[in-house]
Amino acid sequence: MGELLKNYDVWGAIWTTIQLAVLSAIGATVIGTIVAIMRVSPVAVLRGLGTSYVNIFRNTPLTVLLVMSVLGLAFILGLSFSDDFARNAYWWAVAMLSLYHAAFICEALRSGINTVPAGQAEAARSIGLTFSQSLSQVLLPQAFRGAVAPLVSTYIALIKNTTVAAVIGVTDIAGLLQEITENEGAQLGIFFMVAMVFVVLTLPLGVFGTSLSRRLAVKR
Amino acid sequence: MSEPLVVMKDVNKHYGDLHVLKDINLEIGKGEVVILIGPSGSGKSTLCRTINRLETFEAGSITIDGKELPQEGKALADLRADVGMVFQSFNLFAHKTILENVTLGPIKVRKTPKAQAEKRAMELLERVGVAHQAAKYPAQLSGGQQQRVAIARSLAMDPKVMLFDEPTSALDPEMINEVLDVMVTLAKEGMTMVVVTHEMGFARKAAQRVVFLADGQIVEQATPEEFFTNPKSDRAKDFLGKILTH
Repeated sequence: MGELLKNYDVWGAIWTTIQLAVLSAIGATVIGTIVAIMRVSPVAVLRGLGTSYVNIFRNTPLTVLLVMSVLGLAFILGLSFSDDFARNAYWWAVAMLSLYHAAFICEALRSGINTVPAGQAEAARSIGLTFSQSLSQVLLPQAFRGAVAPLVSTYIALIKNTTVAAVIGVTDIAGLLQEITENEGAQLGIFFMVAMVFVVLTLPLGVFGTSLSRRLAVKR
Repeated sequence: MSEPLVVMKDVNKHYGDLHVLKDINLEIGKGEVVILIGPSGSGKSTLCRTINRLETFEAGSITIDGKELPQEGKALADLRADVGMVFQSFNLFAHKTILENVTLGPIKVRKTPKAQAEKRAMELLERVGVAHQAAKYPAQLSGGQQQRVAIARSLAMDPKVMLFDEPTSALDPEMINEVLDVMVTLAKEGMTMVVVTHEMGFARKAAQRVVFLADGQIVEQATPEEFFTNPKSDRAKDFLGKILTH
């Protein structure tokens, strides 16, 4: 085990996994919020676009999205983030993880919005707030609180789904696992170590989410 | 009657096949207090809610202070700011304190500086008797207190007219009067009010006119005294017979 730590960049791989998770979580949250707003907007075209987005990205396997990104978009169409193969794969992984999980963030937020009684929106409109003010001042703050539990589940899934990036050659922790296994043969210890990395990353998030949803719960 | 503030002309509305508002023509003068009364499903709440377009309508027109009600967007938001609305279920913003509930509109819509908005909000809360609860959240207050806060929230926008959609129907009996007292005071101060209610005591004390609706039509209009003691139409007689026998 000590030998492995010396011969392979284990900490670098863990750091890459954390970077993928954090950057994709930010990307997914931004895109997911925009799509959620589209899905509840009064404009039918935007609602349609939002629904299509969710249907396309939620129902496509992440592996397919990632392979399509580097082989299809980057290789065939020449849409590259960087000339460096590893950098390119890294940023495509962030992009696809963001786009894919945005669909789930959107649905988590929308379920949160549905927990806000219709009267809240009516009251917001009747004091003269515009659609965007009603959303930002009244509906979304309450929706986020109602959506904490499903959001946390989505973020946990996102952290674990970063392992799929190994498929397109990103040297995250799963990529490292692959490499070590190929070079040294399968070892229970290394599997266990990788599993522990994810437990350490996700378990506190779950605990934090539970206490947050309890603390933020909107009393009615 | 003074210059009409709210004018509804041939307003019609359907819910699918159901014709909920039929050729509604109604003028409400400045400072007038009008009671909308009628059996369940008569369209009185719907009528009240069309005045600030929380309910859409297909035909006819509504003007407020000479301005036609816009379809949507910023113009509609601006107009709604001038029309106060008090709901049956209070609808205070559950995630904001009492004070924030009252200052949200003035700060975001009227662009009033925060300190000034808070000072005015405290005055209004004082007036409706819940100033000492300003730091609490809506769920910590009784129904009567919440409804008085809702009235203060509307007043903070300095509305030209206030709509009350069954403001006391969700309240426990002992809390009804504290809300009605506030409304009577408002009426005496000259606020223009449209009130959907069955509170006859309030109607007698504060209203100039009772409008009786049935099946989406205005059936009868009279002063409260006249309407309650000597209704003209059979529908009104039948309705009053039902609510007065107990």
